[in-house]
Amino acid sequence: MAASRAQLERIDYPRLIGRARQADLLFAGAGLVVMLVAMSMLMVLIVDLAIDGMGRLSWDFLTSFPSRRPERAGILSAWVGTSLVMLVTAFLAVPLGVGAGLYLEEYASKNWLTDIIEINVTNLAGVPSIIYGLLALGLFVYAFGLGETILVAGMVLALLILPVVIVATREAIRSIPQEVREGAYALGADQWQTVRMYILPAARPGILTGTIVGLARAIGETAPVITIGALTFIAFLPPPPIEGEFPFVNFDWLQSPFTLMPIQMFNWISRPQAAFHVNAAAAGLVLLVMTLLMNGLAIYIRYRIRKGIR
Amino acid sequence: MATQHIVKSYDQEITLLTRKVLEMGGLVEHQIAKAIDALVKRSVEDAAKVIEFDDQIDRMEEEIDQHAIRLLATRQPMAVDLRLITMTMKISNDLERIGDYAANIAKRCKRLAASPPIKPLYTIPRMAQITQAMVKDVLDAYVERDSDKAVAAWHRDDEVDDMYTSVFRELLTYMMEDPRNISACLDLIFAAKHLERMADHATNIAEKIHYMIHGQRINRLPAEA
Amino acid sequence: MSNARAQRVADQMPPRAAWHERPASAGVESLGAEAGPLVADRREPLARAASPESAPRAEAAGHKVEVRRLSFWYGDFQALKDISIPIGEGAVTALIGPSGCGKSTFLRCFNRMHDLYPGNRYDGEIVLFPDGINIVDRRTDPMLPRLRIGMVFQKPNPFPKSIYENVAAGLRIRGIRRKSLLDDKVELGLRQASLWDEVKDRLQTSAYELSGGQQQRLCIARALAPDPELLLLDEPTSALDPIATARIEELIDELRQVYTIVIVTHNMQQAARVSQKTAFFHLGKMIEFDDTDHIFTNPKHSMTQDYITGRFG
Repeated sequence: MAASRAQLERIDYPRLIGRARQADLLFAGAGLVVMLVAMSMLMVLIVDLAIDGMGRLSWDFLTSFPSRRPERAGILSAWVGTSLVMLVTAFLAVPLGVGAGLYLEEYASKNWLTDIIEINVTNLAGVPSIIYGLLALGLFVYAFGLGETILVAGMVLALLILPVVIVATREAIRSIPQEVREGAYALGADQWQTVRMYILPAARPGILTGTIVGLARAIGETAPVITIGALTFIAFLPPPPIEGEFPFVNFDWLQSPFTLMPIQMFNWISRPQAAFHVNAAAAGLVLLVMTLLMNGLAIYIRYRIRKGIR
Repeated sequence: MATQHIVKSYDQEITLLTRKVLEMGGLVEHQIAKAIDALVKRSVEDAAKVIEFDDQIDRMEEEIDQHAIRLLATRQPMAVDLRLITMTMKISNDLERIGDYAANIAKRCKRLAASPPIKPLYTIPRMAQITQAMVKDVLDAYVERDSDKAVAAWHRDDEVDDMYTSVFRELLTYMMEDPRNISACLDLIFAAKHLERMADHATNIAEKIHYMIHGQRINRLPAEA
Repeated sequence: MSNARAQRVADQMPPRAAWHERPASAGVESLGAEAGPLVADRREPLARAASPESAPRAEAAGHKVEVRRLSFWYGDFQALKDISIPIGEGAVTALIGPSGCGKSTFLRCFNRMHDLYPGNRYDGEIVLFPDGINIVDRRTDPMLPRLRIGMVFQKPNPFPKSIYENVAAGLRIRGIRRKSLLDDKVELGLRQASLWDEVKDRLQTSAYELSGGQQQRLCIARALAPDPELLLLDEPTSALDPIATARIEELIDELRQVYTIVIVTHNMQQAARVSQKTAFFHLGKMIEFDDTDHIFTNPKHSMTQDYITGRFG
């Protein structure tokens, strides 16, 4: 006892603290440097893009179809296509992904089969997107005969981001404390009531975040969409979903050929004329803004959910 | 109760409380002996000392009460501990009353010394002996947590009561014999009465000890005045 | 002591029958004629002042639940061994014992909470009166006891919803949708939990904005709103400060007039304060079950005494 006491007394506390502080500073400094490097690279990219493309942005640019002449080319069909495809993707991926995640987390019994499914789902997130394109081509376009349409594009992208949504849903549900569940069951709720009234509402923010992450990835995916046959030069828009006569909504637009922003950009950048490169840069800026808008919407929805506890 | 409290200071405080009671009990025993001594020897000096010393006993009772109250507040005692602490408070009260009676006997002694002596008293010293034995026994029973001893002492109260009756009768005849004896006899009767009350309080202590140990009162015959 | 003075003392007593259900002790009676008027005066005004619901129910009424030879296993580990206790109607029964003795496990058998986790097994019976069904029978749907029994947990666990929705939760689960009915029951529940005055102006605000003590009372209101037959309290005040604890103990005293309550607590003084009957558990067995007064002043079992006096455990 006396020996260890003596040992403790020999410790030089000021020096120990000094060294600890140094290590703290070192680590914080290194972290700061790394972050600055990453941010500055990002900023450089964005600024470069802006310098090239900012001048080209105009109302005409947003509302014109592509053309052989760079000064008349616009991204109308591209951004409409992207928006519509994103709509279909979200519409398909969210119910399927949330449903699957919910089932796996709440209803499935914990056995080896569930484990295998779990592993597969996580693996699917890493599969190269072009493989999804090939799958979609063979299955949806040829076997089901759905054609090279917005619908199929939405389907393939939904498949792509499905694992992301599933995992996000599971994580969100898992993070709900057990006490909430116990409280609900103790009141006499059955499983569906507990899920519907307490688990899902509480998991909404997490699910939403996961969905946005998935959509943000999907918005930029080019390979699978090209594979299923998106066109690169479209001078028309898909038919509008709302019309003046009965039945007021139609789904013909799903069957329409289409193009997407990244495809349009790729097409322009491959051309030799420098003016088209400027167009591509401008389109890139618009794409960035679209992504930011989507993120902003998600943040806004999360904020509203947090505030309005129903 | 073979085991100790998890918090040792609890045990220490209870031991301290017990020791205080024993100390007080020892002083009370001493007071009784001195008072009877003064009575028999007709010594005013000794009587005065006994009366003076009674303050000390009162102070000890206060101390014991304070200590016990503090234990109640800080330890939230349960079951056997609760009974011990609450009964100890009551026992110290009984001891204090016994001390008071000893002082009262000493006061009688002062008055008696002024008048001529009556025939030699046999019975009163005998009463005193039994009362002293009872007090000693219950104090022993308290520290040893021996309820049998307490009950044995409890039973001797009848003896003391009987002896009081006989002292009363004896002194009554003296009073009737010679009216000049009345004053002294009355004082002696009162002294005997004080002894009888001391024995009653010792009996009370015995009852509290029994309750302390068993959680039940001694079954008793209907109380009499 | 004069009759007038006795009357004054009796008037100061609270109108509840809390400790005065028990007949006057033999000691008082043996005082004889001298004490007669005192005793009579004290008991009579108390009986008059006590409201009809607070008349002694524990002894007079029957049992609400009878536990018969209940055993419980977590997988291979036997957590409860052959427990038999009656739970008196309209009384508070306290369960005490050292950590890991099985008191919480026992409590959670009443509403089949163990069914939420795999690998658990019951044996024996928990018979709920007046219909006499066995709660832990395999054939009994776990939802049935849960719909008739309310539970309040150790850590306040309000739902991430508004105060109103929290209290209404049990009602919505039972399919009650009419707004006026919900409003009434929510107000009743909050009043019963002594929370109405504090929250009546902000029923739509989040439950998480309440303090710990208020949240726990909210959970009590939530459990009471669907009018349960039995209320289970699992260490309801162990996460609260002394003032909040005292308010909940006061609440328990009031609720006892209407509900049967079983409370698990590791605070022995609390068990002594709020309950009429107490059971002492140790390592899955019930060691002693008796009136609370007896357990805490003169327990029969040495293990019980050792535990409550702090000699072990």
